[in-house]
Amino acid sequence: MTDAAIVSPRLEPGPRGQKPRRKLSRRNIFLYGTLIVVAVYYLLPLYVMVVTSLKGMPEIRLGNIFAPPVEITFEPWVKAWATACTGLNCDGLSRGFWNSVQITVPSVMVSIAIASINGYALANWRFKGADVFFTILIFGAFIPYQVMLYPIVILLREMGLYGSLWGLVVVHTIFGMPILTLLFRNYFTSLPEELFKAARVDGAGFWGIFFKIMLPMSLPIFVVAIILQVTGIWNDFLFGVVYTKPDIYPMTVQLNNIVNSVQGVKEYNVNMAATILTGLVPLIVYFISGKLFVRGIAAGAVKG
Amino acid sequence: MTTRGRPNRLFYNLSAKIAALPMMFTALVVFLGGTVWTVVYSFTNSKLLPRENFVGLDQYERLWSTSRWIISIENLMIYGVFSLIFSLVIGFSLAALLDQKIRYEDTFRTILLYPFALSFIVTGLVWQWILNPQFGIQGIVRGWGWESFTFDPLYNPDIVMFGLLIAGLWQGTGFIMCLMLAGLRGIDEDIWKAARVDGIPMWKTYLLIIIPMMRPVFITTLVIIAAGIVKLYDLVVAQTSGGPGNASEVPAKYVYDYMFQAQNLGQGFAASTMMLLTVLIVLIPWAYLEFGGKKHD
Repeated sequence: MTDAAIVSPRLEPGPRGQKPRRKLSRRNIFLYGTLIVVAVYYLLPLYVMVVTSLKGMPEIRLGNIFAPPVEITFEPWVKAWATACTGLNCDGLSRGFWNSVQITVPSVMVSIAIASINGYALANWRFKGADVFFTILIFGAFIPYQVMLYPIVILLREMGLYGSLWGLVVVHTIFGMPILTLLFRNYFTSLPEELFKAARVDGAGFWGIFFKIMLPMSLPIFVVAIILQVTGIWNDFLFGVVYTKPDIYPMTVQLNNIVNSVQGVKEYNVNMAATILTGLVPLIVYFISGKLFVRGIAAGAVKG
Repeated sequence: MTTRGRPNRLFYNLSAKIAALPMMFTALVVFLGGTVWTVVYSFTNSKLLPRENFVGLDQYERLWSTSRWIISIENLMIYGVFSLIFSLVIGFSLAALLDQKIRYEDTFRTILLYPFALSFIVTGLVWQWILNPQFGIQGIVRGWGWESFTFDPLYNPDIVMFGLLIAGLWQGTGFIMCLMLAGLRGIDEDIWKAARVDGIPMWKTYLLIIIPMMRPVFITTLVIIAAGIVKLYDLVVAQTSGGPGNASEVPAKYVYDYMFQAQNLGQGFAASTMMLLTVLIVLIPWAYLEFGGKKHD
């Protein structure tokens, strides 16, 4: 690095760097103009959600959905959280929220624990046949869930977990496994092999190396996996609806039941407040994690 | 690595094998076993519970003579084709815009990608509200004085799939853009310099040089979008519940409704097997190109 810095000025005499451009060139106006229009379009639904949720119903009936609220009211939020009805239950989305928390936390922990160990075994302790399992696993990621829905019902029933929270944890662990295993396998493979060999020479075994060497080095990939899983599991709808009972429905299922219920007058402001509340957790994760989120989904998307 | 050369000892490397048990179980029992099980039972007349009463291709005959299934397949094809085209075009265009060494790139990317963090349920419900004919876009334009303006995709059977498409694209294009952007960043800066020296205009460089170079990225993206399209379910449930009538039904919803609502398991299995077949038609050529086709390329 230092060498290059000393050498390059001698090779390139004269002013360095790009020639400064006029700020308001036609190209820039087009470029930023397009981007700003696109950005506004993408932000619009979020804006509409927030604005609608802060209006009273009379104002919604009279006005237009893009207009900012004249009288700000937080009542829709309170109602969505505490008293909105699904069927006979009228204790609001709070129930779904806590159900989702209870589902997401153990699912994230179990799925990541299992997948990280799988990835480690595949990267550093390859045994005969490991690649076959791994290939099936990756192909499994592309199989439509619908094909495996019922066999898993049977499986969970045999295990006595059908309809329970832990049943859903098992399901999320299963369907998170392909992507997470790939993620961890690729990460552990990228670590220097000398490290592993040195630990072997020192007499460390499978678990010793995993807990004392690999784990401390792989914090970033764990964060990526957590982001991936928290958003994925929180946003799940299908598994929630298939494998749980109404009183432990996750938030997404309950939200859909509240908004799309046929009886009663539609309260759009309450519906939008409920929608934001459900989207809030993944949005917070997204805005806090920033670039790591991109890394997570990109890692999940790499070819198998 | 460490174990190579001693393949026949079952107990060698035992910890690793025990640690990999969940993976073996998932791969063999759930993914492979479950798939085979569903395919086998799609040849039975199971109703409320699975039964080994084989009836040949009856379920498939009934499936393909049910108008709801035909509509589902047509809908999925319309949604799939337009979703593929628009995702790729919009995703690539946005990535190309963001790749112009602009300021605030991170801000723009954050804005374009945030919908991807939201669930399809949230996406569907927001767009259901925006497309509401009385209060949404149609209502506003009419309020401006254009009384005959009509834009009610969610209530018009002919264009309801495009109402879903608007929401689906809003949610997913940011992600496609990120994949494309990564692909663009992977292209050698010298290519651009060479094109500029030769005086090739920018759009032509993109069309004739950059896009062909990004073929692997496009193929991977294509497979990801296609796999996502087949799974289309939550969005439909939230935004239209399959309506108006059954104008926006999709195969995944057909499967769910027959398996868990109508208690006609055999139909559900047959429909899900057809879904599997669709995916295999996309997946096998891709896997062949990606892993098996080295000699041909």
